[in-house]
Amino acid sequence: MNTPSPAVIDPQMARIRTFRLQDMLFHRTTQVFALVVLLALVGILISLTIEAWPSLVKFGPEFLWTNIWSVPDDEYGALAAIYGTVVTSVLALLIAVPISFGIALFLTETCPVWLRRPLGTAIELLAGVPSIVYGIWGLFIFAPLFAEYIQPPLQAWLGDVPVIGGWFAGPPIGVGILTASIVLSLMVIPFIASVMRDVFETVPPVLKESAYGIGCTTWEVVRNIVLPYTRVGVIGGIMLGLGRALGETMAVTFVIGNANRIVGSLFAPGTSIASTLANEFGEADPGLHIASLFALGLILFVLSFVVLAISRWLIARSVGKEGV
Amino acid sequence: MPDPIVPNGSPAALQIRNLDFYYGDFKGLKNVNIDIAHKKVTAFIGPSGCGKSTLLRTFNRMYDLYPGQRAEGEILFHGKNLLDKKQDVNMVRAKIGMVFQKPTPFPMTIYENIAFGVRLYENMSKAAMDDRVEWALNKAALWGEVKDKLNQSGLSLSGGQQQRLCIARAVAVKPEVVLLDEPTSALDPISTAKVEELINELKSEYTIAIVTHNMQQAARISDFTAFMYLGELIEFNETGTIFMRPGKKQTEDYITGRFG
Repeated sequence: MNTPSPAVIDPQMARIRTFRLQDMLFHRTTQVFALVVLLALVGILISLTIEAWPSLVKFGPEFLWTNIWSVPDDEYGALAAIYGTVVTSVLALLIAVPISFGIALFLTETCPVWLRRPLGTAIELLAGVPSIVYGIWGLFIFAPLFAEYIQPPLQAWLGDVPVIGGWFAGPPIGVGILTASIVLSLMVIPFIASVMRDVFETVPPVLKESAYGIGCTTWEVVRNIVLPYTRVGVIGGIMLGLGRALGETMAVTFVIGNANRIVGSLFAPGTSIASTLANEFGEADPGLHIASLFALGLILFVLSFVVLAISRWLIARSVGKEGV
Repeated sequence: MPDPIVPNGSPAALQIRNLDFYYGDFKGLKNVNIDIAHKKVTAFIGPSGCGKSTLLRTFNRMYDLYPGQRAEGEILFHGKNLLDKKQDVNMVRAKIGMVFQKPTPFPMTIYENIAFGVRLYENMSKAAMDDRVEWALNKAALWGEVKDKLNQSGLSLSGGQQQRLCIARAVAVKPEVVLLDEPTSALDPISTAKVEELINELKSEYTIAIVTHNMQQAARISDFTAFMYLGELIEFNETGTIFMRPGKKQTEDYITGRFG
């Protein structure tokens, strides 16, 4: 029998106590870091609300659905900006999601090995291009080409079709809602494509092999195995793109036309929340104008939050339903 | 390598001739010649890395998915060379099914796991599909356990059940050959016994090729056994002969546990 004497135990206990203290310190430190994020979030929300207060009091909830933005009359409503933001973002996603899906599929399923790395890197580089560069490219290169070679044929082709004809009405001036959507889609493609590629790569090879093993084509494997398996990640990637599109400022400001009104046509100039803020903050007088801009900021904040919440909800629901 | 034997004069479902296989520059299979007997169980044994899984994966051209892997030689199936570039690989895989080491149910319901593969090649009514699903699950001795939860995810089953689901899935498309790549290595003994029993029953209708690390398993379930070592087919004969009177020193050393 070998009973440890107290003299042996004590240094051990002391060491354990030190460990415990270190652990506690580590725990607290990381906790503080995490709380800073929460604090910043709440702080931003509070300061936005305070600054926007005069406008919120004056216009009330009608601010959301009033289609007027008149600095001389000191009358403000957010509808045009919300409309522009939502329409450009949704259109951008409609364009970007299929293309990103194709890129990700090509990269993971059918791309020759030698091309895989250069192409993947190129797409990631695209994501790193500053948005102002997309903006000047959109304004000086893309918009004139668009006005000359794409808008007139589109108008000739679809202009007389009932319902959607109106979307392509108006003078082909290059800048406008559709141009902004296309430039936005170019900007979010790299994000969505690289997220999709990453999640497609998480599919276990043996799962794909078993699908190929019963005679599936590549498309059938993607449609029935890869997509269901990666659904959560794919939705996440799309939402990431949507988040980016909603808040994108510089590129949109350059090409959206900056007209604070709602016209049914996608060729017409419009505005978005972010571009209104960028355009007007510099010269806004203190008072209702500034307060209304802050209120726009608050709306964008809430909009992004709602998008995030919806994506979380979609993911949670699909996970719950399939039990995957 | 002497001429391949066709043991017992059994007709061959697959005839492998002068097969070489390359992973890039590495030669994984060296001049393999073997016949896989029709409606019999042929087992492949050998130490890790000997090329037995590689060989199995040439039978349905699974290696095609991976750039840098290629096979040379001939695998004759109904007189046609499977390795021929013109051979339609999806058709090959529908005729030569495969079950893998780990259970790989698709991310869909149990019913869909079976119906999915069938639908690729056959148009059938809902009723006919129901029959086919029941038939396949019965073949895999799984029907009784899952008939009340066909709409649950395939992933909700236990490991052994998942593996039998995968076997049912392979059988459902009515292949001629079923390839089993260490199908029980991830299973517990009871599930293993069930799968082995299943293999025994399936061989009356299908040609079966199985890779296994477990020599007792090979002895229990196979009619013919091939011993491979370092990418070469060392010995191939009736299972009884291989285990009782192996012709080569290497085979004897391996089955008596002296190496591997």
